[in-house]
Amino acid sequence: MLRPVTNSPSRPARAGAPSPGANKAVGRALGYLKTYRLESVAALVSLLLVTVANLFAPQLIRIAIDDGIAKQNQNTVFYAVAGLIGAALLRSLFTFAQGYLAERASQGVAFDIRETLFEKLQRLGFSYYDQAQTGNLVTRLTSDVEAVRGFVGTGIVQIIAALFTLFGTVIVLFVVNWSLTLIVLLTIPPIFYLLFRFVSQIGPRFGQVQIALSKLNTVLQEDLRGLKVVRAFSRENFEQQRYQNANSDLLEKNVGTIQSIAGIFPNVILFGNLGTLAVIWYGGLEVLGGKLSLGELLAFNAYLGFLLQPIFTLGFLAAGIARAGSSAERIFEVLDAPLDVQDKKEAVVLPPLIGNVEFTDVSFRYLGAEKEVLKNINFSVQAGQVVAILGATGSGKSSLTNLIPRFYDVTKGSIKIDGYDLRDLQLSSLRGQIGIVLQEATLFSGSVRDNIAYGKPEASLEDVIAAAQAAQADEFISKLEHGYETIVGERGIGLSGGQRQRLAIARALLVKPKMLILDDSTSAVDAQTENLIQDALDNLMKAERRTTFVIAQRISTVRNADLILILENGQIKDSGTHETLLETSELYNDILGSQLKGSAA
Amino acid sequence: MRGAPPGSLASMAQMENERAKNRSQTAKRLIGEFKPYSSSLWLVAGLVILGALSQAAAPWLVGRAIDENISKLEPVGLTIRMLELLGVYFLGTLVSRQQIVLVGTVSQKLLAGLRQKLFMQLQRLPLTYFDKRPIGDLMSRVTNDVDTLSQFFGQGITQLFGSLFGLIGILIAMLFLNLPLALVSYLVIPAMLLTTGFFAARARAAFRKTRETVGDVTADIQQEIGGARESQAFNRSKANIDRFRGRNAANRDANVQAVGITGAFSPAIEFLSTLATALVIGYGGYLVLENQLSVGLLAAFLLYVQQFFRPVQLLSAIYTQAQSALAGAERIYAILDETPEQADSPNAKTLASLEGRIEFENVSFAYDNERQVLKNISFTVEPGQTIALVGTTGAGKTTVANLIPRFYDVTAGKILIDGTDVRDLTRSSLRAGMAMVLQEPFLFSGTILDNIKYGKLEASHAEIILAAQTASAHEFISALPQGYETPIGEGGGGLSQGQRQLIAFARAVLANPKLLILDEATANIDTRTENLIQRALETLLKTRTSIVIAHRLSTIQHASKIIVLEQGQIVEQGTHEELLDLQGKYAELHARQFRVAKPVLAK
Repeated sequence: MLRPVTNSPSRPARAGAPSPGANKAVGRALGYLKTYRLESVAALVSLLLVTVANLFAPQLIRIAIDDGIAKQNQNTVFYAVAGLIGAALLRSLFTFAQGYLAERASQGVAFDIRETLFEKLQRLGFSYYDQAQTGNLVTRLTSDVEAVRGFVGTGIVQIIAALFTLFGTVIVLFVVNWSLTLIVLLTIPPIFYLLFRFVSQIGPRFGQVQIALSKLNTVLQEDLRGLKVVRAFSRENFEQQRYQNANSDLLEKNVGTIQSIAGIFPNVILFGNLGTLAVIWYGGLEVLGGKLSLGELLAFNAYLGFLLQPIFTLGFLAAGIARAGSSAERIFEVLDAPLDVQDKKEAVVLPPLIGNVEFTDVSFRYLGAEKEVLKNINFSVQAGQVVAILGATGSGKSSLTNLIPRFYDVTKGSIKIDGYDLRDLQLSSLRGQIGIVLQEATLFSGSVRDNIAYGKPEASLEDVIAAAQAAQADEFISKLEHGYETIVGERGIGLSGGQRQRLAIARALLVKPKMLILDDSTSAVDAQTENLIQDALDNLMKAERRTTFVIAQRISTVRNADLILILENGQIKDSGTHETLLETSELYNDILGSQLKGSAA
Repeated sequence: MRGAPPGSLASMAQMENERAKNRSQTAKRLIGEFKPYSSSLWLVAGLVILGALSQAAAPWLVGRAIDENISKLEPVGLTIRMLELLGVYFLGTLVSRQQIVLVGTVSQKLLAGLRQKLFMQLQRLPLTYFDKRPIGDLMSRVTNDVDTLSQFFGQGITQLFGSLFGLIGILIAMLFLNLPLALVSYLVIPAMLLTTGFFAARARAAFRKTRETVGDVTADIQQEIGGARESQAFNRSKANIDRFRGRNAANRDANVQAVGITGAFSPAIEFLSTLATALVIGYGGYLVLENQLSVGLLAAFLLYVQQFFRPVQLLSAIYTQAQSALAGAERIYAILDETPEQADSPNAKTLASLEGRIEFENVSFAYDNERQVLKNISFTVEPGQTIALVGTTGAGKTTVANLIPRFYDVTAGKILIDGTDVRDLTRSSLRAGMAMVLQEPFLFSGTILDNIKYGKLEASHAEIILAAQTASAHEFISALPQGYETPIGEGGGGLSQGQRQLIAFARAVLANPKLLILDEATANIDTRTENLIQRALETLLKTRTSIVIAHRLSTIQHASKIIVLEQGQIVEQGTHEELLDLQGKYAELHARQFRVAKPVLAK
């Protein structure tokens, strides 16, 4: 089955000018700070106090030199030094307070955003996941949240403080000596320009490095995953060439980044130094002219640092805003994604399920796709019946069964269970009574037991073992080193396809569902194991009389079904029991013939 | 320059506190890697010294300007001195620019070389090496370990030398200018080092906790996004959200707690920095009053102590960085030192063109010394024959198939191809004559065309289409909006398992092999498609030798010979009819599979 694959346009690589949407997103992200108003305000106040202490320190240096040393007054020197230490102590305390409070606020914001995102992702339907790229979503919950957190939590406070320091320093400098101040301020625009250039150049460059790196890693990963294919076709040299190309590209991008840094950073420092030069030179001339004292000159030089610091902060925060903006945009994209399948307000709880299912004129199209994958499906199933669905790859088998637990909503027509339209039911009451084995069995990291008990975490070990036995999984589980407590890795690494599938079947059986849906669930199992599972399922279906939908490829599996549906291109081509289909359906005989070919005695 | 800035406490603590076991040896080897670049490095050394000189010279010039020009009212002298200072600043800028470029380029080249070496090694390692190691683990070695090295080279080394020499220059200049004041100023340096050490130890513990909690959060996210469908099918959303909330909160609290400890680091260092200034003013002021120091020197000292802070902080950070870099390098060398697959023997013959005669003579095989997977396997395949391997999971079918292209070497016995022991043939010539289709088709990122072409890189477009037609893949490929140019995403996204397998088939067909190995190749294709392939294969297989592993017995009934394996041994072999007559293992398997659907063909 071909799912609609949306090729999201490759994102512009980081930084750069923030789009208007990004700005709006930043504003919206800032809204999360409201909960942490107290921390934010206290952090800001602390930071302002730090600034005041900072501005005070050079004055103490001036006093020590002009009033102490120049006037031969030992005591003044002593008091000035004591004041300097005192100011430093206060500054350190408030710096700490600010950092701690800002962290509390920002971590709180990250917590809230992540929580909302996670909840949303738990509620988004199958159609969303059909189109989303998993890696991409993970990034949104991790690095994107982190980028927004860094900016929202500390960025705003720092911007205000930087501006405050900048203006405070400029005012103090003007008071001391306005002409020297004007000269010093001349160095500011070039520094600002250089930093801006740096930020706007380096952002995309780092983006390019990241892209080159991930291309390189893709080659590596494919080479390792496809090891046997590479070796079987003797393509070692070809792979090496592929890797080398990606590697050279990465090298080139890395060197480009280094050149950007080398071209700009030393110049920023040069302009900073030119400030010092201007102070000593012009300031020195002013001292010669008696318009400035030596202490003032040195204090002036100390203030230079306070001019540069906020400019650096602002420069880097500018990059931060752009990054936080695009991150915030990506986050809100998820939060704003429409929930296609959800409970109506007046949705009712499905009473204990009996198992009558009725499809009336059902058509279905995947979101964003043009072609209908199901067209005008009509059939009805009595409680306890077994329905087998046959058809070629892409004929719509999985789409059909996915409609029953309402993973998707029908595009046209309706599906009723025990007389209730699915759309009028509470999702949890519907899905809670259906056991499903999906086409690709996902295992969660945790023990075998946890995995079987996924749908019923409170199940006792006896129940888990019983389900495993019914799914013919008990035997291999018992042979594992730690039995039911064996940890199975991410995506069930370490278990074969057949074993994974049997765990998935056990998982479905454990919830003691009133209805069972098995999607292709025995394809990866060898014939012998399949027979065992089949036996077990046959027994279960008979013993408990539950309505069952089976997608299968083998006639042996479907022969006993009460109803066989043969799908072709999204439509029911033929339907009936094994016996009636044998007589009426050419397609059925085709399929049957293809499987029994050669064994007909 | 992602993440925490170099020299920050966070960057120090992010590094695992791991030490290479064989530090000096690994370091020596790593330094050896720089040999090809030695001329650049000498240049760097020269630049570093120049940089240190310019760093030490600037405050000294300022001090002289104050004492000799400003105090003595000499505007012309001041101007000359300031031009000197300007020169020093320009020199510093040029030096630092060159240094960044040189060191950066050399280390990036070195890393690219190391990566290439690693990749080459991975191409040569025997398959047994990969059996024991998860792919993720290898990935992380090649990417993360090279990355730690890259960080160390990129930020660490330049800054290490720059700061170290800068600091030494400053310390020496101070000693020369005024011994007692220099010694008093030095007092804060050990205090800074101690403070850094004190915080680094605590930060490591705190950040370990945040790393763990963030790991939990990320694992949860990855898992629940991967398993979103299961979560909905089993009504787990609420339970998942609750668990996530717990982990999310633990991560938040660990971070806040970490900042409670580490947030005091910067303020403490800043305090010490100001303390240095206060010491210089206090004691220096006293010396000026006692006429043992000039005001200009006092100013120069003030400028010097302001430069203490960064190098000291960097040095301790780099120490930690160097530790993880060495540990990373050690792991990289561990891969490079693995014994590669035994090379083709020097007198290995090139298999000119494969006829297709395969003989197994008493072949035994064990992946490691304990588990014997195949025992005494002997059989012969004549050119053009189709041999089927049958048996339960774990019987050794795939292992038999893997021995033929020499993915593994036999432990005992031998395998002859056209009468020659496979170990006496070059691997590439041996494999050139055969193609394999595996149960899990593997597709590379790129287009469908690229993937089919993998079987024969120089194939023409017409050949490719012909191969696709033969493999019954042409029809569905043409129906795709982009046809053969359809890009295949990671893991073949967008295509069904069956479709991916058809592409893999086309790839094998294009290679035009004399020997075709199908390892459960049709397990995931529906029976009708399989039938199409089967028909195509029948014509293909007429001129080829083939080994077929299938669990659906219907697909192999026409095989020239069926070999039934059980626990690594051949228990039965013969044709379908012979084996049925035997009423043994095969007959039993067959009866099971066809028991329900005894033939009831309508026509």
